[in-house]
Amino acid sequence: MATVDLHTQTDVHHDDHDHEHEHHGNFWTNYIFCQDHKIIAKQFLITGIFWALLGGMLSVLFRLQLGFPEANLEWLRPILGGWITADGKIDTEFYLSLVTMHGTIMVFFVLTAGLSGTFSNFLIPLQVGARDMASGFMNMLSYWFFFLSSVIMFTSLFLSTGPASGGWTIYPPLSALPQAIEGSGLGMTLWLVAMALFIVSSLLGGINYITTIINMRTKGMAFTKMPLTIWAFLFTAIIGVLSFPVLFSAALLLIFDRSFGTSFFLSDIYIGGEALPNQGGSPVLFQHLFWFLGHPEVYIVLLPALGLSSEIIATNSRKPIFGYKAMVGSMLFIAILSFVVWAHHMFVTGMNPFLGSIFTLLTLIIAVPSAVKIFNYVATLWKGNIIFTPAMLFSIGLVSFFLTGGITGIFLGNSAIDIQLHDTYFVVAHFHLVMGSASFFGMMAGVYHWFPKMFGRMMDYKLGQLHFWISFVGVYMVFFPMHYIGIAGFPRRYYSWTNFETFNSFADLNMLVSMAAILTMVAQFIFLFNFFYSIFRGKPAPANPWNSNSLEWTTPRNPQHGNWPGEIPTVYRWPYDYSKPGSKEDFIPQHIPYSETPESNLPHENELIKLEMGEGAIVVESKKH
Amino acid sequence: MMSLIIGLGVVLVLGILYMIFRIGNLVGLVKKDEEVDIESGNSIHGYLFLVFTILGLGLFFWYSFAHFKSYELPVASEHGVVTDNLFWVTMVVIVVAFVIISLAMFWFIFKYRYDKNRRAEYIADNHILEIVWTIVPAIVLALLIFTGLKAWNDITGPASKDAEVIEIIGQQFAWSARYPGTKDNVLGHHNYKLIDASNEFGLDLTDKNSYDDFKSLELHLPKGKEILLKIRAKDVLHSVFLPHFRVKMDAVPGMLTSFKFIATKTTQEMRDETGNSKFNYEMACTEICGKGHFSMRFLVVVDEPEVYEKWKASQDPWLKLNPEYMKYVPVALQEAAMINAGIESMSTPAPVSVVSLTK
Repeated sequence: MATVDLHTQTDVHHDDHDHEHEHHGNFWTNYIFCQDHKIIAKQFLITGIFWALLGGMLSVLFRLQLGFPEANLEWLRPILGGWITADGKIDTEFYLSLVTMHGTIMVFFVLTAGLSGTFSNFLIPLQVGARDMASGFMNMLSYWFFFLSSVIMFTSLFLSTGPASGGWTIYPPLSALPQAIEGSGLGMTLWLVAMALFIVSSLLGGINYITTIINMRTKGMAFTKMPLTIWAFLFTAIIGVLSFPVLFSAALLLIFDRSFGTSFFLSDIYIGGEALPNQGGSPVLFQHLFWFLGHPEVYIVLLPALGLSSEIIATNSRKPIFGYKAMVGSMLFIAILSFVVWAHHMFVTGMNPFLGSIFTLLTLIIAVPSAVKIFNYVATLWKGNIIFTPAMLFSIGLVSFFLTGGITGIFLGNSAIDIQLHDTYFVVAHFHLVMGSASFFGMMAGVYHWFPKMFGRMMDYKLGQLHFWISFVGVYMVFFPMHYIGIAGFPRRYYSWTNFETFNSFADLNMLVSMAAILTMVAQFIFLFNFFYSIFRGKPAPANPWNSNSLEWTTPRNPQHGNWPGEIPTVYRWPYDYSKPGSKEDFIPQHIPYSETPESNLPHENELIKLEMGEGAIVVESKKH
Repeated sequence: MMSLIIGLGVVLVLGILYMIFRIGNLVGLVKKDEEVDIESGNSIHGYLFLVFTILGLGLFFWYSFAHFKSYELPVASEHGVVTDNLFWVTMVVIVVAFVIISLAMFWFIFKYRYDKNRRAEYIADNHILEIVWTIVPAIVLALLIFTGLKAWNDITGPASKDAEVIEIIGQQFAWSARYPGTKDNVLGHHNYKLIDASNEFGLDLTDKNSYDDFKSLELHLPKGKEILLKIRAKDVLHSVFLPHFRVKMDAVPGMLTSFKFIATKTTQEMRDETGNSKFNYEMACTEICGKGHFSMRFLVVVDEPEVYEKWKASQDPWLKLNPEYMKYVPVALQEAAMINAGIESMSTPAPVSVVSLTK
């Protein structure tokens, strides 16, 4: 293999970053307990990729059971040991653990920490023009709390009683009573501890993001000139800071119920041949607390992905994002409404039906800003000049999933229709498309787009496109058929359906879904190869490979600690001046003053030139780090 | 040995793929024509999206119509007809929206794929368009919401006084049903602390309404009469799901829930309609409850009202089947208990004065 390696990239001078100035500290402070936002972002990214791989593997395991119920899985015994029963099947309780851990890992560890952690950290200082986060130390703590949380959650997979298995929503009493399910023993304890640490990490991160965006924008970076990514990160962080503490309290009360004999969520329970003393608690209370985070969480997962793709779609359509203000407004509206729709997860839990009516109303209102976003994306593509970079392909995939998955929310948000569809595969199809796959594609788009800035090298273009097509078709093949299975009433979290005559069909579709899931999973290895190969051997990236406008592309290849070697650039315009009539290039970066572009200025922009001149003197005051 | 060969095979395939990748890279390097390369490879994706859209929508419509019977569950309740209508009306609305938006999006993606001789148009916004596409969805959604809320209020409204009350109890991993009995037609009180191996309802025998209550391991329902399911759980959350009746309601420990509905087709009528002589209604659990979650099947039988009443009368009250529990019946009520439970004579001598546990 060595003969093939011709050191293909000799045209750009080799790794310059070791000789750059201001590179102090040792390996530990530079790469492990590092306070630089770019390194922390990479730490989040790599950890997130690890979790995504694991979460994906777990889903393949239970898809094997669902798609090929007759198959002998004896060959998995070396990995799963006792979780494979004597006749070569997945243990029914372990099946629930798989489902639970898949959900937990994907929602929290991949699409919250992996997505927000990576891109909020990486892009906020670079795009608003700051040397680093407001508090580098808190930022570092944020990662290491997440790491600790990861270690604990990972450890729980190896317990003899198995990890938590009461569903990712951990509804008590199931999650409170070890006698109800084995996973509610030590597995659940570790789950709660891990999530508590996770919430700490998320809050430390979120406070930092908000502070940095509000306080540390470079000169000229008014709120109205911020890229949509930053708006998305800001709203995400605010939602997180307001809602995660509620999950924390729910987890805390659950810990009390489990370990100290309180009765917040437990009442009138007879289990294992004895009546428990707990009375007066309410399992429905837990659901309210859980979903008060749980629903905003959907937007914590989705908004950053939408932000990333807004940026990518505008850049690669070579066109301003359509309706910038409407995009910001709809995100704001979504962020506010996300706090008042939580009980649509609970229409048939015994909650007061009047509440059901209110939440139906509020839920369907949230569909309006979501629709506006989709229309704006479509309008951005209209009359563009579209370059299908891997990042662009994944962003298009995101919009497509957001549409297909989002539109079925209109059924589920309508309480009367939800009676039948609640907890069926229709719901599974809905949220996997709209928040799972859409966010995952947003994350992938982000990785492909900002990889050159992260690692100074390009990822392979063709492999990225191949990765997209297999994933895109694969995801649709996995989740589209689930709508039919759901309309037929198949309940979710079922190990098998053969006990019921009503559900004793669709073996064919389930097999198709499982095969597609395996295919999609395999395609991710193309990405993994591309990712790790390109870190070391990719083509060296130019400073601005996509001809993009936002501020991060004004940094050198491999930006050092402090991001800009000299002064932080001043911002004069919004980040979407693509294909502006009159200008020679089809993009005008944010730091180019209007005075330098008289040929393309709109009338009101010419008036701004005078202001630019007047302020010229104070530009120098920019922050020292 | 076999796995070794498979392992080697996988390594070989991966090695070959890697070689192809490297050679591709080198060829690209020799060509040195990045600009041209992007453009020629670029259009392919425009076409692929077009093919994907047409094939995808084609498959969607073909499967939805050709296999309609396989995923459409026949409906057998009055409110189910209403919610199904709502479902299909909503379906038409969103499919229209979905198709229009998808076609527009993928057509734009195809049509405006990169062309180096063309320049994107600088269009930043359009207030009229934006107002239109905010208001139109808002109006459509408002219509859907109000029809939906009307149905929801009807479904969740109070049950009529003469509704047939049946209690359903969920536990790991089985359902049982308690009927109020034919003598007083009222469910007796229960208390979870009274539950034991035989008294699985936690029946409170100091309540005279409990004497004729009977247990059933099948859910029998009368056709055409309002049924009020009173639902509770003993251990963890469960959820009553009657797919053909479009009924779903959680069973919550410590909290009674209920659902009212009217069954419109007997089991026999459904057998005739579906042409499946073995058809049975079923009840399932739809709230994760433990390792047996997927096996909580409960057989449901819908009969004509007369047949239902006959069946009800033929069932033995729980107390009759468990006469040893007579000792928990307060002395003053023992005679009434024996009459209501249909116990002819006490085979074991009645205890003199054991007061009920709850007193």
